[in-house]
Amino acid sequence: MSNTLRVSAAGPAIPRVSRRPPWRLRLQGSDTAWAIAFLVPYVAIFVAFIAYPVAFGLWMGSNPALYRLLFSDPRYVITAINTLLFVAIGVNVKMFLAFLLSGFFMNRSWWARSLLVIYLLPWALPGLVVFTSIHFMLVTQWGLLDSLWRAITGSDGPLFMVSTPIAMTANIVAYIWKWLPFWTLIFIAARMSIPQDIYDAAEIDGASGYRRLIYVTFPLLANVYLVATLLSCVWTLGDFPTVYFVSSGAPARTTDVLATYGFHEAFDFGYPNLGVAAMMSALPLMIPLVILLMRRVRATGVQL
Amino acid sequence: MSATTSGRQFGSPMFYRLQRWSVEGLCILLGLVLLFWTLAPIYNMWNIALDSHDDIFAGTLWPAHPSVDSFRVVVTQDFWYLAHFWHQFGNSFIVGLSTMAVTLGIGSLASFTVGRMRLKKGWMLTNAALMTYVIPASFLAIPFYRIMQIYGLANHLSSVILALSTFATPYAIFIFSQYSKSIPMELDEAARIDGANPWQIYWKIYLPLMAPAMVAVGTYALLLAWNEYLYNFLMLSTPESMTVAVALAQFLNSDESPWNLMMATAILYALPPILLYYGFRRYMAAGLTMGGVKG
Repeated sequence: MSNTLRVSAAGPAIPRVSRRPPWRLRLQGSDTAWAIAFLVPYVAIFVAFIAYPVAFGLWMGSNPALYRLLFSDPRYVITAINTLLFVAIGVNVKMFLAFLLSGFFMNRSWWARSLLVIYLLPWALPGLVVFTSIHFMLVTQWGLLDSLWRAITGSDGPLFMVSTPIAMTANIVAYIWKWLPFWTLIFIAARMSIPQDIYDAAEIDGASGYRRLIYVTFPLLANVYLVATLLSCVWTLGDFPTVYFVSSGAPARTTDVLATYGFHEAFDFGYPNLGVAAMMSALPLMIPLVILLMRRVRATGVQL
Repeated sequence: MSATTSGRQFGSPMFYRLQRWSVEGLCILLGLVLLFWTLAPIYNMWNIALDSHDDIFAGTLWPAHPSVDSFRVVVTQDFWYLAHFWHQFGNSFIVGLSTMAVTLGIGSLASFTVGRMRLKKGWMLTNAALMTYVIPASFLAIPFYRIMQIYGLANHLSSVILALSTFATPYAIFIFSQYSKSIPMELDEAARIDGANPWQIYWKIYLPLMAPAMVAVGTYALLLAWNEYLYNFLMLSTPESMTVAVALAQFLNSDESPWNLMMATAILYALPPILLYYGFRRYMAAGLTMGGVKG
């Protein structure tokens, strides 16, 4: 959902062509009627399924007593820390790897092309399926990872889901596994929009190898990188399926993130208002991120 | 890196050849690591699905007695969690295709109006779409659940269709507005001079020319609806109304752990998105990179 993305990388060096507003003829009486008729479906679903739920959610989470209750729950404190770790580590590691790997996939040999096709599979597969599979790799001493461990070391592996740090690491690794291909594709697109002459000029000036990466590619992609990171942070703050299926909060609900915590409060323990409050507690982080994101998008012309 | 520079200075052909081989070798090594990394969880699904029920806890890297029996059980609906499997598969298709149709219809109409007709407050609509685009859908789940009950749509496929279309439409509007910039406005003007009304321009000029963007967005909406779990789970609760995703996750509540059946179901459930991905890969990638390609 919010996951499957859509940044389009704009060529950083290319100025945007501004277009005249469409239909140079004036919008006349009957056209206004048509325009309104065309917009009614979108406005209707926006009001019914975005504006109303948002208002409803704000109303549900408007009682200050809820937040006192929330902050006094030690599980909430753990959840908030987990969410920060999940976003900070998951998004940054993913973006950095995606940036590097996009360079690797600029290699146009046949095997790199075929590898790219396979490499993008996690993006197309349902989160439910792959995260459950990863869960099964870890959850018992019969999982694939334990079997591998036994085959290599000859002794039993650790019980992954009994250790909070290992379970949280598993969540982050699974998250990176699922979303790395997608962002790699975004960076590949961004790299492809860099004109070759810039590289040729840099080559003449003696920049090659890692210098080319640091002094040419990265500065040109910096805007795309920043916008992608901000957008991914906002989405990852609300990530639900990863933690819900990979660790399911195990051990003892110490690896929950906000989305799964709110879900459990609302639908397992029957405190929907507390669940909404938990998700609203992400707003102080989310609103600045969104504002920053919008400003970067406006200022740099990176297209969302 | 100093090796590179000094190598240049030495300039011996042997050194260049060694360097090229080692770079190529490292690339292939990285490729193998990526292949293993990508395929491990997917291989694990096969490994469990091919197990016979007694071997699930054997913990082997390859099933000791590989059998396709679990696939037979799924296909013949021979297990109580799977009693409505094909019906649920059909439900998933209904949700996916309807979400696609609604998203394409609403998205193309909205972007046509904002992009091609002179509309003073068009930016408001674009901003509203942008807001929808960045809000994580899971944060709206709880109020959404309440609201669907108020609307009387709970446990009805249309609730999921409407919810997912709402979340897919902003993307549709973006891609359509990007893509429609490549369609000359003169076409619209010529049609208007010939007396076409906006609907005719939309239907006979705009839509046919937007076909590639429609395919990209349609694939996206279909994948989104097919792969989504949270809203499916919240809205649909009876076996007759469930989609495959909800039915599949039910296995996780089971005590008898028929994991091989679960993974066999998961593989069948994952087949349509894989086929869709391979069939429309170019369009999907184009959808993502549409802005980038055009600068």
